[in-house]
This record gives sequence, C-alpha cells and structure tokens, in this order.
Amino acid sequence: MSVLTPPRSAQSEPPSGRNAGRAPGARENFSAWANRHRKWLFAAPAMIFVGVLIIFPLAWTLYLSLTDSQGSVRAASEFVGLENYLTVLSDGERFWPAVGRTLTFTGVALVCEVVLGMCIALLLWRPFRGEKWVRVAILLPLVATPVAVGMMWRLIFDPNIGFVNQLLGMVGIPPQPWLSGQDTALGTTIFMDVWQWTPMVVLILLAGLTSLSEEPDEAARMDGANAFQRFFLITLPLMMPTVIVAILLRGIDALKTFDILYATKGKGGGSFHEVETLNVYAYGLSFDYNQYGLSSAVLILFFMIIIGSMWLLTMRKKAVSK
Amino acid sequence: MTGLIEDTGNTENTENTENTEPRTAAGRPAPAPRRRKPLGVRAYKAFRVAALIAVVIFLVAPLFWMLLASLKTNVDIYDSGKSFFFTPTGENYANVLQRNNYFVFILNSFWVAFVSTALSLVLGVPAAYAMSRFTMHRSALVVLMARVIPGVSLLVPWYYVFSNLKMVGGFEVLILSHMFVSLPLIVYIMMSYFDSLPLELEESAQVDGLTPIGAFRRITLPLSVAGMATAGILSFIFSWNNFMFALVLSGSKTKTLPVAIFDFVSYASIDWGGLMAAATVVTIPIMIIALFTQKYIVSGMTAGATKG
Repeated sequence: MSVLTPPRSAQSEPPSGRNAGRAPGARENFSAWANRHRKWLFAAPAMIFVGVLIIFPLAWTLYLSLTDSQGSVRAASEFVGLENYLTVLSDGERFWPAVGRTLTFTGVALVCEVVLGMCIALLLWRPFRGEKWVRVAILLPLVATPVAVGMMWRLIFDPNIGFVNQLLGMVGIPPQPWLSGQDTALGTTIFMDVWQWTPMVVLILLAGLTSLSEEPDEAARMDGANAFQRFFLITLPLMMPTVIVAILLRGIDALKTFDILYATKGKGGGSFHEVETLNVYAYGLSFDYNQYGLSSAVLILFFMIIIGSMWLLTMRKKAVSK
Repeated sequence: MTGLIEDTGNTENTENTENTEPRTAAGRPAPAPRRRKPLGVRAYKAFRVAALIAVVIFLVAPLFWMLLASLKTNVDIYDSGKSFFFTPTGENYANVLQRNNYFVFILNSFWVAFVSTALSLVLGVPAAYAMSRFTMHRSALVVLMARVIPGVSLLVPWYYVFSNLKMVGGFEVLILSHMFVSLPLIVYIMMSYFDSLPLELEESAQVDGLTPIGAFRRITLPLSVAGMATAGILSFIFSWNNFMFALVLSGSKTKTLPVAIFDFVSYASIDWGGLMAAATVVTIPIMIIALFTQKYIVSGMTAGATKG
C-alpha cells in the first residue's frame, strides 16, 4: 500500500466532541452497546454473508458427492457412499489427464510468469525516461476481460488467417495449428495466460524490489561483486518472500483458470479435451452433462489439491522468511 | 490472503514500504556530473531500452491487432495483404451495438459491477477495519477462503436454491454472486490498508471525546478514501470481467458483456470483425478506467505483497 497517501481533506475536520450535545437515553445506551461490541458488529455482516454463501454450498457439494445425483438436483438421488470418488479416482480417461493438465498449465505458466516477471521487474526497477508509458502498457493486459482476451488470441492464432502464422510464414516456418492442434492447444493457452498475468507478477515483484533497502546491494558492489552475483546472492534471497507471495496469489488463480479455456476451446476443453483442466471438467460435468454426484466428487478433490498446494507454499514461505 | 500468508506479529516492516518515495523523488533529478560511462554500462543501457521496447510491444501488440481487426471488413480480415493497410470501417461496431443490442449488455455489466462493488464496500470496509484492529486473523481467513474456493463448487447449490426462489435470471442473484468475488478482495485490500494506518490518530480522537465508532467514522474512514478507491476500482474491474458466474446465473435480460461475447461464437461461422468489435467494446471502458486510476490499481494488486 506504499503508493497511497491519505487525502488532505481529513485533517480539516476537527475531531471535536459532537457527542457532548446529545440527549441521554436509549440512543446513548445503544451507542454504548455498539461501541462495546464493535468488533463483532463490524465483522459479523461480512462473515455471515460469506459464510452463508460458502459453508452451505460447500456442505451441499460434499453431500452431493456421496450421492448418485444427476439430471436434476431436484430428482431423487441415492446415497452411494464413496462410489463417486472411486469412479473418479479410477478414471484414467478424463480425470487424471485433467489433473495432469491442471498441474502442467499452472506449473509452466507460473514458472514463465515468475521468471519473465522478475526480468521485467528488474528492467523497470531503476527510474528511466518514459517509465509512465511502460507502466501503462503493463496495466493493459491485466485489466482486459479474459473472455475478450481469449477471442483476441483466437483470431491471432487462427491457423489460416492468424497473424502469428503470417509472421512465421515471413521467416519460412510452416503454419502451426496452435489452438486447434491436439498437442499445441494447451501450450497456446499457457502462452495466453502468461501474456495476461505476467504483468501482475511484475507489479508485485516491483513493489518488493522498491521496498528493499539499498545497503546490502551497495556493500556487495563495494566488495566488487558483479551484477549477476549481486542479483543471485543478494537481491534474490531477499526477494524470496515476495516471490512466494506472487506464486501463491497467481497460483490460486492459475489452478482455477476457466475463462480463457472455455472461451477459446468451448465445452469439454475441445473435441479431444486438449485443454480440459479440473475446473473445466467439473464445470462441464455440472452444467453441460448434469452429473452432479460425479462433479461434486471432482470438485472436492480439486479443492483439496488447491488447499494442499497453498499449504505447502505457506510452509515454504515461513521457512524462507526466517 | 494476508491471513494465510503472514504471521501475526509482523508489523515492523511497514517502515520498509516507505522507501518508495525517495526512489522517485531523489532518483530522477540532478544526475551526477557527466562523465564518460564505461562501455559495459552503455551496452547495458542500450540493452535495457531494447528490452523495454520488446516488452511493450509484446504486451500491447495483440490488443492493437484486435482493434485493427474490429475496423476491418471480414473480407479484409481474410486478406493477409491488408494486415496494416486497409480502409477502416465502422460497420462492425454499428452491427454489434445496434443489431445485437450491446448497449443493454453494457448497462447490465455496469449496473451489476457498480451495485456489487458498492454493497461489498459497505459490508467489507467495517469488517476489514475490525479484522485489522483486533487482529482477527482466523475470521479473516473465513472471508478470504472465498478467494480460494473454485467457483463451480458453489454454482450448483446456488443455482438450485436460486432457481427454486425464482431468482435466476434476475439482477439480485448476479449481484450476490459478484459480491462473493468483490467482498474478499475488498476485505483483503482494506485490511492491509488499515494495518498501515497509524493508530495514534484514532487514539487521540478518542481522548478528545469521540467514541470508538465515532473515531472510525470521522477519522479513519475519511483517511481511508484512497484505500477504498483502490478496493472499489479493483472490485469493479473483477466484476466487469467475471464470466463464469454470469454464464450460469444470468438470463436473457441480465446478460453481461463477457457472456454476450461468448454467445457470439456459438453461431455457425465466426464473424471475426463483429467478434473483435465486441471484444473491443468490452475492454475499452475498463482500460479507460484503468488509465485514470493507474496508481490505485497498482497498489491494490500489490496490497499485502511486500509484508512479512
């Protein structure tokens, strides 16, 4: 929050006791009560709102995952115990490949975004002329609507009329199928994700870099360390906590990526399920095929994967911070 | 994610963040007296400029291409000779805005984003304040869980309940579901903002006779306008861009822009010009907002990232 500075107007309002003139009575009692309980009075509405919208559906999803509910949630369903989980876990055709794709997508995208993001953040670190314009450019992909971004890349990567194949043609490389290729589709969507979200990593890392103190770097320079040594031995270790925050924030969203995948490949992640990640798979089971029991089991497993990876990262961060 | 990421006791790092100021203030004016720089430094400078230009092109070119395509006829889009030189036409936009009624979708998107952001601020700011001042990290975790849960797992039960209540296809459901995205975001950003706000002002206000709630209302809130702007703008953008919730919960009357664009491709052959015009229509408003509120977006995106 370093960029924010409190507005000046606040000082103009003197905190003089307006309460003094107020008539005593029920109102005063209420105010005293409210002040005493302000902690929960303030926090409760938001927590109740989120709690009702989360805990109830989550409990329901858990329940559905133990039934054979399908077709309509209203239709009678039977309790089948862990059968859905067994079905899902032994499903080598859709579930495990989807797990693989989810992890590949997230892993590759994260590595690219963090490495590229660190390079760009280092480029931007020291002030330069035109800084303002570069910062605007960095912001644009970040705020663009993912569905629109998906459509944009669909045109650019179109095998016949896309600009990318046009460019490749100029240097003599034969046209590639990109999104419509069975082997290239996932990579292409990873590229889109990298384009859109590297800027976020840049912003986070840049905030981290600017909050570093200059002294260790300066001292290393005095001792004759070159730029690479200074980065890998001084800056990077100091930046590790911020890097992990960036990975955490970005990782959660990357695991749950849906918009660009559904926008570019449609239902089921394409006709060969090329880009079907867990989220796309679960969405399809729920809303395209109405297999609520199965989809709930997938979702619970998916949720466990997310929580698990976040827990690992948080542990790692604690270790690094010490 | 503050609650998830950091321990309770890390407050001393707030001083660190203040280092931003000197960088821009002292770094730019009055360079050291000119001396001829060694070759390595000059080579690095040239490399840096080239790399920065490459980065900018990489980020902006696709958007530029989208804009160009939206101004072409479909014949021109298929003609690789007319990549950059063509006669621009406004036909696609006229098509999208008039025939496909995008004005309605724009209004829908705007209304949903605006109301869900406003309501989330009303609920979220006091909550963030309490969670920050009373270090309620476990409670914060509950709210922030909402950011972690896959949306699909909530959609099935929501859809069932709300269709029983005959609410699917109405604005209320959409707004509620978008608040589910906005509220955690706002709580997260405002918590780190309140964490960085000094306690002394509130304390002295209470010494002067204000009640704790009075101090929050008359001192802390006015001081937090920048933070609320940050949280509000980001929440607006996320709501505007939201696709999955609207895909399931919106009806023909409440369709938002991302869903409208998605529907565009379900026709037999893709009308590329129209599609790009539609994509431009949805991104332009949000980019204009972003241009004017740049520093808020940056501080919101990086909130809580440099602590602990």
